[in-house]
Amino acid sequence: MRKYLLLLCFIPLFAYAGEAQDMAQDPVLEKRMVILAEELRCLVCQNESLASSHAELAEDLRREVRELMQKGMSDQEIKDYLVARYGDFVLYKPPVKGFTLLLWLGPFALLLGGLGVLVFQLRKRRKVVTETTLSPEAEARVTALLNDEKR
Amino acid sequence: MMRFILPFVIFIILATFLFVGLNLNPREVPSPLVGKAAPAFSLPQLHTPNRQFSPLEMEGKVWLLNVWASWCVSCEAEHPLLIELARQNIVPIVGLDYKDKRQAALVWLERRGNPYVLTVSDVEGRTGIDYGVYGVPETYVIDKQGLIQYKQIGPVTTENLRDKILPLVAELEKK
Repeated sequence: MRKYLLLLCFIPLFAYAGEAQDMAQDPVLEKRMVILAEELRCLVCQNESLASSHAELAEDLRREVRELMQKGMSDQEIKDYLVARYGDFVLYKPPVKGFTLLLWLGPFALLLGGLGVLVFQLRKRRKVVTETTLSPEAEARVTALLNDEKR
Repeated sequence: MMRFILPFVIFIILATFLFVGLNLNPREVPSPLVGKAAPAFSLPQLHTPNRQFSPLEMEGKVWLLNVWASWCVSCEAEHPLLIELARQNIVPIVGLDYKDKRQAALVWLERRGNPYVLTVSDVEGRTGIDYGVYGVPETYVIDKQGLIQYKQIGPVTTENLRDKILPLVAELEKK
């Protein structure tokens, strides 16, 4: 019985987990591809990056990016290549230009607007709450009342 | 008074933006290829695989390039319209069978009719990438100089055929 149990211990030796084929071919290139693909949008499932999407087009585009890298193209050249086909939409970080200016500056404009409103409101409030000075009699009464409460 | 007007104005502006946003289709990404030359390719024809076709052969003609596949469900929806268009003989339609099996594509056309003057097979989808295809079916209107003048993403409908594609074809024909 114990012999058989011992034999069981050797079973994991036959277990084999391989990396995906493409990774094995050139891990450095694959890593570079994934980093670049994370900045690119999959056009089929638009809220997924090219790196994480399982859509068939995404797979094809990853293959394309891999091949362009093998040809020695720089990341920027590859981005330009894809933008020429699919437009700025493939980039998660759209370039700053006339049309996308609102996208880049909009949040800051909103922040400034919010700060403006806040400052305006605080100023107004300070005007509303004015310190009033008490007459000596009133002061004495306040103290008396407060002391009364304490007891 | 100002206390009520200001939030109301902001609400109206926001609501307008959201309302317009509701009617936009995020699937429709403007193609950077419109106004540019149709990317060159040379692909085997579906029916006669030993013969190649290149867009250069269509020079001097206004034509449609329709990207389809036998696995594509919405291609079936637009197919009767293409058949009707081909029957009227207004504009030649070239099919691009995208990432498909040849046999399946042939059967598909056999069953539903063939509106194409010819179909090319893009088995690996490389030409599709050059054309920025991401949602089959897609239809390109290409002018006599070989420039892409319009790109329809998704199935052609009676409305956009009548309002957009056919007027554009007629206009390009005159040039």
